[in-house]
Amino acid sequence: MNLLRRKFIKTAAFVGATVSAVGTGILIPQRALGAYTKAAFDAKDVSGALTAAMGTDQHTASDAIKLKAPDIAENGAVVPITVSSTMGNIDAISIIASANDSPMTSTYMLTSACEPFVSTRIKMAKTSDVLAVVKADGKLYSAAKEVKVTIGGCGG
Amino acid sequence: MASIKIRAKAKDGVTTVKTLMSHPMETGLRKDSKTGKKIPAHHITEVTAEHNGNTVMTANWGGAISKNPYLSFKFKGAASGDKIKITWVDNMGKGDSAEAAIK
Repeated sequence: MNLLRRKFIKTAAFVGATVSAVGTGILIPQRALGAYTKAAFDAKDVSGALTAAMGTDQHTASDAIKLKAPDIAENGAVVPITVSSTMGNIDAISIIASANDSPMTSTYMLTSACEPFVSTRIKMAKTSDVLAVVKADGKLYSAAKEVKVTIGGCGG
Repeated sequence: MASIKIRAKAKDGVTTVKTLMSHPMETGLRKDSKTGKKIPAHHITEVTAEHNGNTVMTANWGGAISKNPYLSFKFKGAASGDKIKITWVDNMGKGDSAEAAIK
């Protein structure tokens, strides 16, 4: 009986060690891959979020960016946003909901193979401007559109 | 695991990828209506798209992406039959990936 118990503990310990080793092995390369900018999502204002994500908060409005968003969002929890552009050399696109508790919703790092196009659904706390910020040739360009929200989507 | 749905279509050299992931995407601001306690943040932080093993796009997400996220993007240089792989990681260290062939 005692021997069996010993064997069980040994096996359990071995399995545990293997699982945790494999676990870290998978996690580390993924973490290192994209350099997740947590500060951008913790920032409470638009300029702080932009500085953390893109390195600067200086951006100029541009007609070359097309931001598709509804005029009125009945449900702030699901607001469809599409950003596209005719610019070249685009490195990144950020979508910002300016009145959210943390304005940064998402940043997309595009490789040279990508077309300047992303589409997703975001949550908005209340009526505010949605800002699409595009980083091209190291400079920031933006387009804004006001979305009226009748029911907020960030709880509280 | 089937937490990711992928549709990818190549047309005139441009591949359009549409994905749906199933995830609660908790912001950390919402409160439990019964206990009044805050529901801890639980959302996807990174989404990576790979075409035949090469990364084409990386997305950083906060809690302000809607529940069961939808993501669409376009890229060049893929042919029909190529593999597209989508991987996500969330703030609790969990993750999933799925692969699909481009139509």
